[in-house]
Amino acid sequence: MIRALLLSTVMLAAPAHANNVFVTNEKGNTVSVLDSDTWEVIAEFPAGNRPRGITIAPDGSELYVCASDDDLVRVFDPVTFKELHVLPSGPDPELFVIHPSGNPLYVANEDDNLVTVVDTKTHRVLAEIPVGVEPEGMAISPDASIVINTSETTNMAHFIDTETFEIVHNVLVDQRPRYAEFTADGRKLYVSAEIGGTVSVIDHAADTPVITKKISFKVPGVLPEWLQPVGIRITSDASKVFVALGPANRVAVIDGTTDEVIDYLLVGQRVWQMAFTPDEKFLITTNGNSNDVSIIDVETLKVIKSVQVGQQPWGVVVAPDS
Amino acid sequence: MPEVTKSGLRLPFLRKGLVLALSTLGIVVASPPATAQDVNAAVIRIDYPSLLPLSRLDLPAQSRGFAGARLATDDNRTTGQFMGQTYATKEVSVAPDEALAAFQGLMDEGHRLIVIIADSDDLLAMADAAPSDALLLNASSADVALRSAQCRANLLHIAPSDAMRTDAVAQFLVWKRWKDWFLIEGSNPADHVLADSYRASARKFGARITEERVFQDTGGSRVSDSGHVLVQRQIPVFTQDAAPHDVVVAADASDVFAEYLPYHLWDPASVAGSAGLRPLTWAPTHESWGATQIQRRFEELAGRNMTDIDYQTWLALRVLGEAVTRTASADPAVLRDYILSPEFELAAFKGVAVTFRPWNGQMRQPILLSNGRMTVSVSPQEGFLHEVSPLDTLGLDRPESECTAFEGED
Repeated sequence: MIRALLLSTVMLAAPAHANNVFVTNEKGNTVSVLDSDTWEVIAEFPAGNRPRGITIAPDGSELYVCASDDDLVRVFDPVTFKELHVLPSGPDPELFVIHPSGNPLYVANEDDNLVTVVDTKTHRVLAEIPVGVEPEGMAISPDASIVINTSETTNMAHFIDTETFEIVHNVLVDQRPRYAEFTADGRKLYVSAEIGGTVSVIDHAADTPVITKKISFKVPGVLPEWLQPVGIRITSDASKVFVALGPANRVAVIDGTTDEVIDYLLVGQRVWQMAFTPDEKFLITTNGNSNDVSIIDVETLKVIKSVQVGQQPWGVVVAPDS
Repeated sequence: MPEVTKSGLRLPFLRKGLVLALSTLGIVVASPPATAQDVNAAVIRIDYPSLLPLSRLDLPAQSRGFAGARLATDDNRTTGQFMGQTYATKEVSVAPDEALAAFQGLMDEGHRLIVIIADSDDLLAMADAAPSDALLLNASSADVALRSAQCRANLLHIAPSDAMRTDAVAQFLVWKRWKDWFLIEGSNPADHVLADSYRASARKFGARITEERVFQDTGGSRVSDSGHVLVQRQIPVFTQDAAPHDVVVAADASDVFAEYLPYHLWDPASVAGSAGLRPLTWAPTHESWGATQIQRRFEELAGRNMTDIDYQTWLALRVLGEAVTRTASADPAVLRDYILSPEFELAAFKGVAVTFRPWNGQMRQPILLSNGRMTVSVSPQEGFLHEVSPLDTLGLDRPESECTAFEGED
């Protein structure tokens, strides 16, 4: 989806140049900015109270931050880091996903069992969609026809039609679904269940979505209870799926064809969310308890660096190539 | 009857002239369920006569237990609207001598899923009076016998046993290498039972009780206008000349003296057990593992903090709701089988899924160790391993339980 668009941009544009990496610091109430060439922190700016979910417009023009305790989305200039305006989000916004066109934004309201749809241009709420208890994970199919919301206490992935704002399917997954991510071709959907300890692979090409496989995790010397899948990222060719395993301090690497785990990469403590650089050479992970981010070389599957950021890093997004 | 709150059956807003082609009904129809279930549960709470608590913070709320049940019913309803399942929970509070009649009344009305807040004897009376198709959930009694020789096949335990709580404390103290304990127990029968549980936990995890004393419940010594003056003089004298110890463990099930111990001991030592570091299923300060979310939902609903007993009733009804969701049945026998099966798991804001011990119907759950202001730690502690689950290091393990009513479950 977004990544597919970005990739085509990369092919046209000049090779490798630095991108800004934005990391929300949930307890520090700031966003840290890293340079993807030097991996140094080049700035840190205030981002409201309890910033968690973060994303950026596909054209790189606006940076969106869920300021959970302010009950709104703060919008920043990704170059000057100045706050431009705020968007209504409904109470306690945690995670969101942006339409591939850059409008609208679909926001999970954790405290209120709603998904709020916000127009990023008019700044108006287009719809509030009742979902299950504690909505969290958000994803949008590459053709933008379906938005996914996962509800952590109801334990479902809700399939929301983006035209009618109606839920058209519900799929029960394991305990505490945290995150959802489509493959770039839209045929598969991966949903992580933090307490269930699994990632459900859902066939989205079928007439009705159906779970085809549940991926579970096993690391010698780590208690099974600590293997808690959270954030998911998939390479645009769908060959590799990365799953952050929370308090296990590891990122699982999954073969996108067989959906078997092929490796575990040791990162910082309580690894939460992840983002690729636009060229997909690097994957950045936020590590909430060690207050740092880890940089993974996607080709060699090695962790090449960790960088201290602010207090309790939560979400991460990388600016597209300009 | 609990109210239908906005999170239960909410209609989407129409905002700023935008018309949405959506209704709650539309959502239900969008995923047509094969069959529909109406889940009618009840919570029965026996209100025993009691003295005022030592701390005003522990004043019992009118809605104690019931508020947790309301939140769970709301949560179940929200999920149920996608499954074609409805939930209603009846609340009954009753004096001890009318409890069995009230229970019978619920049975006569056709209720078969009952959450019970009662002491051990009353609980057993209800379990033995229940028709064969009823399923009872113990939300409060910590009596170890109910998980052993006095277990009942129709009674599942959401509340942890005394043994689970005292093991939770013992593991932490041993992890701290505070292995020499000064045990102070009250003079009432319930205090002796709790003290015995601490003795068993000390043996189990290799701690030594170097000194034991009994604090006599004389009916006095409670906080009054000048009570602190007396407490400040009495407690140091009561605790002087004790054998060397690392920590004082208080077994005060009657809430008579334990809160007086911190800062008043003769020797400088920390207090654990009935005061100081307390083993709880829930604390209003708990924030980890998404707990902030349920705290906020509860506070909005109840207008007060969420306590142990509210968490336990919430958990009891969520166990039922989860089993209904996964089995598409409201039949107590089907639900019981699923709850006791290895397939059952439920996220409960404790970092790991809660499950059930098939040999005595006890829920496995982590125990918070709270100082009243913070979650100090959560047991089981690192390094206490078990072949089935680290959670089985807390309370009666299969070989220790004399329960036979569950044989054949696994």
